[in-house]
Amino acid sequence: MPPARVALFVTCLVDLLYPEVGEASVALLRHAGADVAFPAGQTCCGQPPFNAGFVDDARRLGRVTLRAFEGFDAVVSPSGSCAAMLRVSYPHLFAGEPEERRARDLAGRTFELTEYLVDHLGLDRLEGRWEGRVTYHDACHGLRELGLRGQGRQLLSGIDGLELVEMARPDACCGFGGTFSVRLPEVAVAMADDKAAQIDATGASTVVAGDAGCLMHMAGRLARSRADIATMHVASLLASAAGLERAAT
Amino acid sequence: MTAGDERAGTFAELAHVQLEKPGLRRAIGSAMDRFVLNRANAFAGADLEAMRAAGEAIRAHTVARLDSYLAQFAEAAEARGVKVFFAADGAEAVEYVRGVIRDHGATRVAKGKSMASEEIGLNHALEADGVDVVETDLGEYIVQIAHEPPSHIIVPAIHKKRDEIAELFNDVHHTDLPADPPELTRFARELLRDRFLSAEVGITGVNFAVADAGAFVIVTNEGNGRMCSTLPKVHVALMGMERIVPSFRELAVMLPLLTGSATGQRVTAYLNVIGGPRGPDDVDGPDEVHVVILDNGRSRLLGTEYRSVLHCIRCGACQNVCPVYRQVGGHGYGTVYGGPIGAVLTPLLDGFERAGDLPYASSLCAACTDVCPVRIPLHEHLLSLRRDVARERAGAAERSAFRTWSAVWSRPWSYRLAARFGRAGQALFARGGRIRRAPFPLSRWTSGRDLPPIASRTFRERWKRTGHRREPGAADGR
Repeated sequence: MPPARVALFVTCLVDLLYPEVGEASVALLRHAGADVAFPAGQTCCGQPPFNAGFVDDARRLGRVTLRAFEGFDAVVSPSGSCAAMLRVSYPHLFAGEPEERRARDLAGRTFELTEYLVDHLGLDRLEGRWEGRVTYHDACHGLRELGLRGQGRQLLSGIDGLELVEMARPDACCGFGGTFSVRLPEVAVAMADDKAAQIDATGASTVVAGDAGCLMHMAGRLARSRADIATMHVASLLASAAGLERAAT
Repeated sequence: MTAGDERAGTFAELAHVQLEKPGLRRAIGSAMDRFVLNRANAFAGADLEAMRAAGEAIRAHTVARLDSYLAQFAEAAEARGVKVFFAADGAEAVEYVRGVIRDHGATRVAKGKSMASEEIGLNHALEADGVDVVETDLGEYIVQIAHEPPSHIIVPAIHKKRDEIAELFNDVHHTDLPADPPELTRFARELLRDRFLSAEVGITGVNFAVADAGAFVIVTNEGNGRMCSTLPKVHVALMGMERIVPSFRELAVMLPLLTGSATGQRVTAYLNVIGGPRGPDDVDGPDEVHVVILDNGRSRLLGTEYRSVLHCIRCGACQNVCPVYRQVGGHGYGTVYGGPIGAVLTPLLDGFERAGDLPYASSLCAACTDVCPVRIPLHEHLLSLRRDVARERAGAAERSAFRTWSAVWSRPWSYRLAARFGRAGQALFARGGRIRRAPFPLSRWTSGRDLPPIASRTFRERWKRTGHRREPGAADGR
C-alpha cells in the first residue's frame, strides 16, 4: 500500500511562534510511515473571527484553507482546536454556501496529530527516553469536539524515564479561549492560575498538551508565577524522546 | 429582567469585583468539585448518555408542542379547581400575584425557591406593597437577609462561607450563634417554622407541570416547598411556560436527570405532587391554588435556532463545570441566571442592549454542553449569539480590525509579510526570548502573561530550506 499523502496543517501559531513543533510533527508523521507535504497556500483556519462572531471574515480564511488542502488523503494538525475548526465548524460555517460540499469533504479527512498517528497510522507505541515527571493537559476542543481521549498519553506511555502524573482536573480549561484571553484578561489569568495550582500539585516539572494556544497561555502565565514549570507540546516531547528531531530538518 | 432593572455593570467590571474578593474562588471551587463528584456518583452504573438522549427527546417533543401541552395542563388543572393564569411578561405575573395577596388581605408570605420569581423581581414588588415576604429555602433566606441576589441556580448562597453566614445571622437577629452549620440551620428552622404557621399565602416555584394530569411537582431537600404549599390557606405557584412534561411517564425520566445533575442525588428528599386545593374530604391543604405560567420572552424563542434553550430544567450542572463561573461566581454576571445557561438565556430574554456582553463571558471550552442533562448545545448557542451580537452591535474598531486582519491573512504573501513586519516590530519589546510588555491591544495579554516572540525563522521558512528533503533514516515510505 502506498504511504498516505498527508498535508501538514501547521496552524498560524505553530508556524509563527513554535516552528519546532511543526518540525517535530513532520518527524513523527514520517516515522509512522506517512508521506508529508506542506501546502504553502495555508495560513490560518479563521477561528479567531469565527469565535468573535465575524462569520464573513472567518469564511474568507476558510476558503484559503479549503483551497490549500484539496487533494490530500489526510490533513493533520498539531492542534486539536484548529483541527476541530476544520472538522466540526467548517460544515456549519459553509452550510448553504457554494463551498459546503468541499467543506464537508475536508472535514471528513482532517485529524489531530496524535489521533492520526495512533488511530490511522497505527503507531501503537513510540520508543524513546525522556527523564522527568510530566502532567498532561487535555485541551478543550480536542477533548470535547474531536473526542480525543488517550492518544497523546498512549504515546507518552512508551517513553522510558517519563513519569505521567495526572492533575485533579486535566480537562479544565486553561483560560486561553482565543480572543477570550484578551477580551477578559483578568478572568483568563485567574483560570490559568487555577490550572497552575493543579500542575503544581502533581509535582511535575513539565506540562504537556496538544495545542499551541493553550501552551502559549499556560507558559505565559507560568513565566510570571512559576518559572520552574516548563511547557511542552506533545509532538516536541515525543520527537525529542524518540530521537526523531533530526529527521525533519 | 423586569423593565428598569439595570445590571450593576458589565461582565468584565463585575468579574473584577468578584475576583478581588478574598477566598471566594476557593470557596466556589471546592463546592463545585463536590457537586461534580456527587453527580458522577449519582449516575455511576447508569447509562447516562442514554438518559441524556431520552431527556433531550422528551424536552424537544414537549417544547415543539408547547401550546397544546399548556392548554391541556390548564384545562386539567382548572378541572381540579386550580386557578391558572397566563402571564405575558413579568409585570403581568407580578400584578396577578399582588392581586391574589390583596384579595386575601394578606400581609405575611412564606416563599419557596423560585428562579422565575427572581426573574420577575417579585419579592421587591411585594415588599413595596408592605407585604412581609420570607424566603424559606435556607440558602435563599441567607441571601435575602444579606440583600443579595442568589449566585447559583441550586445553591443560592454558594458564595458565602460559614463564618460569614454566622455573622450575618448574628447581625440581623442580635444573636451570638457560632459558625457551625447544624447550629445555624437549627436556628433558621425555628424561625421559619413560625413563618410557615402564620403565613396567609405561600409562594413556590414549579419544577415540572404534568400536562395530562393537570398536576405540578415541587422538588426540595428541606421540605420547605411542602410547607409553603400546604400550610397557608392560599398557594401561588410560579412556573416558566416551558416547565412542562406530557405525563408522569416522562416525569419519571426527567426527575432523576434533574436531581442527579443538580445535587448528585438519585432521589430528592421531598417530592410534592400538587393536584389542586383541598377537597371536601381532605383534612388539610390550601383552599386556593393558583398557577402563574410565565412567558416573559420565552415564546419568542419557539421555532428559532435557540429553541433548545427552553429545554433547560434549571439543574445548575453547567454552572458547576464552568471554568469561568468557577472564578467569578453568579454575581460576576449581574443577572438572575449566571453561568453558561445565563449567558445564553439572558441575552435572548432581555436583549443585547442589556446582556450582549454575556455570550463572550466564556472560553467556549464546551464543558457545559458535555454535562447538560438534556444536551442543550450551550457553547454552540454562545457562538451563534456572538454572531448575532457582532452583526447588530459590534464596534467599528473591532469590525475593521477583524476585516483587515482576515484580508491580510487570506493571502500567503501578505501573511508572510505581516510576519516579517511583526518580527521587526517586536525587536522593540522582546527581551531574552520573551515579551513582557507590548502596546495595545497586545497589552491586554501582557498585563498578566508573557508573550512568545515570532520565531527568527517561521516553520514555512524552515520548510522551504530543508523540509522537503527526506532524511534517509526516516521511514517515509521510500
